[in-house]
Amino acid sequence: MAKIVHREEMAQGTIIMNEIDAPRISRKAKPGQFVILQADETGERIPLTMADTNPDKGTITIIYMVVGKSTARFKELQVGEEYFALIGPLGAPTHIENFGKVVCVGGGTGIAVLHPITRALKQAGNEVTTILGARSYDLLIMEDKMRAVSDHFHICTDDGSHGHHGFVTDVLKDVLEKDNIDLAVAIGPIPMMKFCSLITKEKNVKTFVSLNPIMVDGTGMCGCCRVSVGGDTKFACVDGPEFDGHKVDFDELAKRLASYLDEERTSMEAFEKSNA
Amino acid sequence: MAKKEKINRVTMPEQDPDVRRRNFEEVPLGLTEEMAMTEAKRCLQCKIPSCVNGCPVSVPIPEFIKCISEGDFSGAINKLWERNALPAVCGRVCPQEEQCEGLCIVGKKDKPVAIGYLERFAADYERKNGVGDVPPVAEKTGKKVAVIGSGPSGLTVAGDLLLKGHDVTIFEAFHKTGGVLVYGIPEFRLPKEIVASEVATLEKMGAKIESNTVVGASVTIDELFEEGYDAAYIGVGAGLPRFMNLPGENLIGIYSANEYLTRTNLMKGYRFPEYDTPIAKGKNVVVLGAGNVAMDSARTAMRLGADSVKVVYRRSREEMPAREEELHHALDEKIEFVLLTNPTQFFGDENGRLTGMECLKMELGEPDASGRRRPVPIEGSEFRFDCDLVVVSVGSNANPLLTNATPDMALNRWGNIVADPVSGKTTKKGVWAGGDIVTGAATVILAMGAGRTAANSMHDYLTIGW
Repeated sequence: MAKIVHREEMAQGTIIMNEIDAPRISRKAKPGQFVILQADETGERIPLTMADTNPDKGTITIIYMVVGKSTARFKELQVGEEYFALIGPLGAPTHIENFGKVVCVGGGTGIAVLHPITRALKQAGNEVTTILGARSYDLLIMEDKMRAVSDHFHICTDDGSHGHHGFVTDVLKDVLEKDNIDLAVAIGPIPMMKFCSLITKEKNVKTFVSLNPIMVDGTGMCGCCRVSVGGDTKFACVDGPEFDGHKVDFDELAKRLASYLDEERTSMEAFEKSNA
Repeated sequence: MAKKEKINRVTMPEQDPDVRRRNFEEVPLGLTEEMAMTEAKRCLQCKIPSCVNGCPVSVPIPEFIKCISEGDFSGAINKLWERNALPAVCGRVCPQEEQCEGLCIVGKKDKPVAIGYLERFAADYERKNGVGDVPPVAEKTGKKVAVIGSGPSGLTVAGDLLLKGHDVTIFEAFHKTGGVLVYGIPEFRLPKEIVASEVATLEKMGAKIESNTVVGASVTIDELFEEGYDAAYIGVGAGLPRFMNLPGENLIGIYSANEYLTRTNLMKGYRFPEYDTPIAKGKNVVVLGAGNVAMDSARTAMRLGADSVKVVYRRSREEMPAREEELHHALDEKIEFVLLTNPTQFFGDENGRLTGMECLKMELGEPDASGRRRPVPIEGSEFRFDCDLVVVSVGSNANPLLTNATPDMALNRWGNIVADPVSGKTTKKGVWAGGDIVTGAATVILAMGAGRTAANSMHDYLTIGW
């Protein structure tokens, strides 16, 4: 169980794709849901929203950026090797219907999370405008897959190496000016989701964001992943991970994500030393 | 019979408080063979034993104690196993003073027989010296049972139904079995090796374990029936921590007791960085609440190196719901009780990290619905103090994950599963439930008692019918 059947390195090896054997999860999973992975018995439980599922093959796909010890350990796992633990599907699925015109904004590995949601929105009959962003073009992932499920497609790079030279928010503003958009979905780094939500709020366009707080059990049992949404405390693992972007307290979320910065550094240093 | 010479109740040898408050080793060290045999001789071997009436799973107490008094330790464990699949656990965490020992006749004039210590002794002796016997299993019935949750009630159901010859699969959401025995109760109170050994006994009896499976998310109960299961038992625990809804409660450094204990126990945060999951090591720690879980949290914080640990509770010492023994252990370990005090808000720095809190002094008014005197705030008594870690331990509600996925099963207005107290049957055919998901947060042994009740009813269903 939880064996890696296919593996790819993306974005200059900073982002890794794993297709994992998980028949039960692949049958049940819906767009927007996540799994929890643990590489070893001593490892941490890491939540990752699924990038794809293949019920016929009995597999799920995850895409993650290597940011600390746990993901560095994940990166070591090769085809044929297994995760120690894989749990899911967890969280509430994305609400999919024909809203009309939707705009999907993605950045970094958020694009992987956005992909199944965009595809489902497209299949439900929506006219989909996609805006993807990356620091530079060689760090952009899943361009072809996202283009295939979009009616209108935009790329933005911070360094101007491809497409619009600048942030996704520039293009989003443009799209909202020119068209009557019914729904926005923004998934990516917290500042991206925060500023996209501020822009859509001005235009009164309903916006979903997918949050990635620190979790432990992922079933509502511990409350580690609590986020403030419209002044109420919600548990992202069971009430989310998607929330109304106009109501999320992104600043609090960003601070809580930094809860263990010192410990993460200690862990990473020990890992690099033992691998040296 | 000649008049017996009076023997004083045995004193459990313990780690010295000043040493143990900084380590995670078990606090009580266990009885020696001599101590156990001497203590066992204090039992009057009552013809109609009251102690058994106090036991939710009706352990044959005089019989197992008689075996110990005669030095027949394997006889003792076999007597225990007749009624209790988890004696090493119960000997440690049952509130014996309210149950068996509370009804012991010796206890009327003297201190009661140390039944809990003796149960623990017999189970530990078997684990260390036994030949690996397992309770004999009846002939296979060919019926398949799904036990959902591997905590105390689920393990009891599994043990009972295996004995009766049914095929049992235990589904556990985490990667390790044991439920609250593993994620909640700390190592120094219940070594995890003991839980693993009790589960290993069930596996030897034929139990199959499916860990990393969240029933309700990975698979539904109806899908389990489609897969060929004949009956299901839900023992998933309460599992939804309560917070106090106070300003600042999402500051970094404020944990639910569930998170604090799960990081420390299940994920072994106390051994970071050998284990990857971190746990904040507070200097000035405050635990809100005064139950057993609060004591576990406070004692854990002390072991993680705190300078000071305060238990803040809105009522007085008398109303603290934790076991007396746990309160003593906490006080011995220099944990401070700040009573008649209620938190009102938390303060943090620019990085969102907790720096302090504000509380209000309380006084006791008229008794409330629970019969306990209601704490009333004293106006203008607000005071502030510094703290860098708060553990909120004010109870749990019913986790809705499984029940939301099972809409044809009735719940009460708090979201707990409605189960018949006599049989453990839910309103859904073929499904039983017990433990905290039915009663709200309670004790390990009550959950085991509910498991026993349900297992009997499930056996009737599997052999006779609903």
